Amino acid sequence: MNEIDNLGVSLLADIAGAQDEAALEQVRIAALGKAGSISALLKTLGAMTPDERKEKGPLINGLRDRVQGALSARKDALGEAALETRLASERIDISLPVQDGPEARGRIHPISQVIDEITAIFGDMGFAIAEGPDVETDDLNFTKLNFPVGHPAREMHDTFFFHPDANGERKVLRTHTSPVQVRTMIAQEPPIRVVCPGRTYRMDSDQTHTPMFHQVEGLVIDKKAHMGHMKWVLEEFCKAFFEIDNVKMRFRPSFFPFTEPSVEVDIQCSRKGGEIRFGEGDDWLEILGCGMVHPNVLRNCGLDPEIYQGFAWGMGIDRIAMLKYGMPDLRPFFEADVRWLAHYGFRPLDLPTLTGGLSS
Amino acid sequence: MKFTLSWLKDHLDTDASIDTIADTLTRVGLEVEGVEDKAKALQAFTIAYVIDAKQHPNADRLRVCMVDTGSGEPVQVVCGAPNARTGMKSVFSPPGTYIPGKDITLGKGVIRGVESNGMLCSAAELQLSEDHDGIIDLPEDAPVGQPYATYAGLSDAVIEIAVTPNRADALGVAGIARDLAAADIGTLKTPSVGPQRGGFPCPVKVRLDFAQDDRKLCPAFALRLVRGVKNGPSPDWLQARLRAIGLRPINALVDITNFMTFDRSRPLHVFDAAKVNGDLTVRRARAGETILALDGKTYALTDEQVVIADAHGVESLAGIMGGEASGCDESTTDVLVESALWDPLNIARSGRALGINSDARYRFERGVDPDFCRPGLDLATALILELCGGEASEMVFEGDLPESAGSIDFPWSEVKRLTGLDLPQAEMKLALTSLGFHVSGAGERVRVAAPSWRGDVGGKADLVEEILRIAGLDRVTSTPLPRIKGEVIKPVLTVLQKRTRAAKRLLASRGLVEAVTWSFISHDAAKLFGGGSRQLTLANPIAADLSDMRPSLLPGLIRAGQVNADRGFGDVALFEVGQVFKDDTPDGQLIAAAGLRRGSARLEGTGRHWDGAAKTVDAFDAKADVMGLLAGLGVAVGGLQIVAGGPAWAHPGRSATLQFGPKGIIGAFGEVHPKVLKALDVKGPLVAFEIHLDALPLPKYKPTKVKPKLTLSGFQPVMRDFAFIVEKSVAAGDMMKTAQNADRALITEVGVFDLYEGPGVDAGKKSVALAVTLQPLEKTLTEAEIEAVGAKIVAEMAKRYGAALRG
Repeated sequence: MNEIDNLGVSLLADIAGAQDEAALEQVRIAALGKAGSISALLKTLGAMTPDERKEKGPLINGLRDRVQGALSARKDALGEAALETRLASERIDISLPVQDGPEARGRIHPISQVIDEITAIFGDMGFAIAEGPDVETDDLNFTKLNFPVGHPAREMHDTFFFHPDANGERKVLRTHTSPVQVRTMIAQEPPIRVVCPGRTYRMDSDQTHTPMFHQVEGLVIDKKAHMGHMKWVLEEFCKAFFEIDNVKMRFRPSFFPFTEPSVEVDIQCSRKGGEIRFGEGDDWLEILGCGMVHPNVLRNCGLDPEIYQGFAWGMGIDRIAMLKYGMPDLRPFFEADVRWLAHYGFRPLDLPTLTGGLSS
Repeated sequence: MKFTLSWLKDHLDTDASIDTIADTLTRVGLEVEGVEDKAKALQAFTIAYVIDAKQHPNADRLRVCMVDTGSGEPVQVVCGAPNARTGMKSVFSPPGTYIPGKDITLGKGVIRGVESNGMLCSAAELQLSEDHDGIIDLPEDAPVGQPYATYAGLSDAVIEIAVTPNRADALGVAGIARDLAAADIGTLKTPSVGPQRGGFPCPVKVRLDFAQDDRKLCPAFALRLVRGVKNGPSPDWLQARLRAIGLRPINALVDITNFMTFDRSRPLHVFDAAKVNGDLTVRRARAGETILALDGKTYALTDEQVVIADAHGVESLAGIMGGEASGCDESTTDVLVESALWDPLNIARSGRALGINSDARYRFERGVDPDFCRPGLDLATALILELCGGEASEMVFEGDLPESAGSIDFPWSEVKRLTGLDLPQAEMKLALTSLGFHVSGAGERVRVAAPSWRGDVGGKADLVEEILRIAGLDRVTSTPLPRIKGEVIKPVLTVLQKRTRAAKRLLASRGLVEAVTWSFISHDAAKLFGGGSRQLTLANPIAADLSDMRPSLLPGLIRAGQVNADRGFGDVALFEVGQVFKDDTPDGQLIAAAGLRRGSARLEGTGRHWDGAAKTVDAFDAKADVMGLLAGLGVAVGGLQIVAGGPAWAHPGRSATLQFGPKGIIGAFGEVHPKVLKALDVKGPLVAFEIHLDALPLPKYKPTKVKPKLTLSGFQPVMRDFAFIVEKSVAAGDMMKTAQNADRALITEVGVFDLYEGPGVDAGKKSVALAVTLQPLEKTLTEAEIEAVGAKIVAEMAKRYGAALRG
């Protein structure tokens, strides 16, 4: 054992024993500082003979390299340990709850959602969306639509009326969205393809009727549109809307003042445990009314029924929403109960498209 | 409209099953609402004999009966009916039977300690009548063990159909049979009606007392006397039919009129001739006249109603209901039978005004077959002679039958034009003729005359419908509707439609929940929000608080917020996008978007949270909503002015009006005025906004979709902070604009990063700290250049607001 080896053993022990960076620095200064033990040895090299230097030089330099390496390794280890200690002390209770963000709380009303679904389907078929006023004239709501004088719908117990104006004319709250069809036919040359969603009003109030409700009507006018086309449009709509591959529909002769022939459409369904499913079962559920636009209505709108023809249909938006999404009662639609809206409403970005699917 | 299968078979020779008949009815437009087969539903209920009925040992009101059910050992039944007694015959149901009147399935039971193995039933429990006073009491000869339904003649299936308002002819079994025969379900065999020859002149004269232009109220009136009748209960077959369709048999004469109503859709009226004084006059009622009608109620009449009167006054409400005073009962020996035509509109209005829904009104307001006016009276006469005996007089007939409508020029091709369905001419012709239409001519174009009972048919399209419903709508082939142009669909939504849709999604994504509230609100609420004009007030609201078209979405939302709060959910954020009404014209209807935040329902979250105290909503939450909405809609807000102070609904010091110039008001936001809260009976804190989407500036049309060139600076932005002491009344928004204007090219952003009032700042003043960002474009700014901009800001602030830099 010589002096150099002894110093090495002693220094490496000091390095291993240093418990923090300050203590390690003390060891470094004591070894490699200006007055350090290794520095002192290095200084002796200058006074040595070449032979001595040849012998001692590698030993001393070797010692310096070993000590420097040990210092560096020890420093890394101490740094690692210090970081671990800090991280441990920085621990938070990650189980604490965050607030429900706006995207979790916001909701779209089922009526808006279903209108968007209808728009997506009919938009793809080339239909425009037409709208009209809720406060309508008697002429557009009834007369132009071939409602005879004295028809029960024209009476106060069925229809909401406003007070008569100076000319004795009283406006009504539209009882259906059909006046929008009339407005469209008067304003636009055929070919016409529109759907008209909107609010409608009737004096009615029970589990499935409210004095205000929503309807969507469609209208096709050109020189060729016939009932076969109507059937196709309605079948395609029902398949797309209810998101089923097959739909069996039953077309029954019926009566409406503004169509001739008039048809009511039932859709095949099963009812199990209060749940209605389409595309299966052997029950029928009435879903919409339709027909060929009555020649009188065409004439009333300035279209010659010998040249132009077409079909129209109408259905309750609230009703098809209830059928698709299973709300048992219509009245809560308009009560703005946030619990109902949170449950039956849709998330802000549940935007119905045909490419992505109407519902998620 | 209800009828029984056997009744139908009076008119139709058919072997078709009840299911086939029902399906066919629906297929031809007579929608079946229900088929009730009582024999099937009640097969478990049998006739039983009560061998012995003893007092229940533990209950005063119960009896313990030993019942012979006709199948072996007597059965012990505990019965609570007061009429249960030894030796009676009644109706028994064993355990396991479904009891329709109670909606239960019977089980074995022990009632007050005594075993009971079935039930003796009341008519109500079988859903045969309302009678639940006691168990059914059957005659002695009722056969024990037989199904009760068979014994009681209930085995005739009852069919109920919904008849559309155009099909008055289908309100009689004969008309229904005609449709079925046309649909090839059997052969029509309705007996024809021969004229009745009277043996003597009718002693009662009839006068139609109408002004010339009122004659349509009663175009024709036929009357006949039958004397020497015996009016007792009608025969069993007639009673059974009436009962089966839910009518109460009264006496033969009345039952005959009811039968005619449902058999031929021909309502009639019978007067007891002994109670009629002098001749009959048909006229408008006189104001003040009253009548005690057959329903036992007295009706006050006006000259809007038509009546049949004798020398003493009103005897009958024309076409709606007869009078009690001249009604027929068992003592009637001479009867006057009336068959008339009435004006459908007048009948509908009179019925509605008087609140009477009778089977006669139902038919007359839809229009009965005018040509059956006389035969109807003859057929009724024949029935009276058959069931009650007597001798008929000659018929008195006043007025005229309306002329039949002309024929319709009909090209057969019309069917294909409207339906796409190519049918053989022969089939189309057969459909029409079997429905009673008269087809004349041959070839591609014919003339078609509608039968007298089809007053609803007036044109080609009606004939297409007749042919189609007999041919079957299922034969119309689904045909793809070709696109107008075969190309990818062009956008169809208008700017307003797109904004309406987007506004809903934007507001929902801000955590607001979409409500759909009534379009009509209370008059007082409408007035609070600038509405309530007479032209937007309903003459007949369904409820007093739903009387006025809403001028704003806010009253509905505010009320909805409170309703939720009352249920324990006070921190609600609601919005609605929908119509509001300025006046009653189409242009007076606008689309508004409104939002409401209540309690602590802020964007970040609601209620208390470990991360901070529950802060209640303030005007800035509403401001953030509306500004976020405008930004999301892509509205250019460069020219938008936010003017302090809002409309009447808002707190004057905590609200603002949003406008593009004084005439371009788009809406407002702020805290809801305490007076409005009080008037609507709601509690705050409540903040809200409302804008009109129609009022927003339209996006500029651009011929290209290319966005403007983007120029990015290569130099670092520089930020400088300034804290100014100003009067409290100075608006920070104005200070921001002033700072911005100090160098519009260089200053890209101005923010307010601190606001302070309190120690260190004089009373009445505040410190507003602005962060100003300068973005050099061409070179790095020197300190001197930055200083120059800063000095200009400070000078402008001092000049405009007396602002001093905070020391």
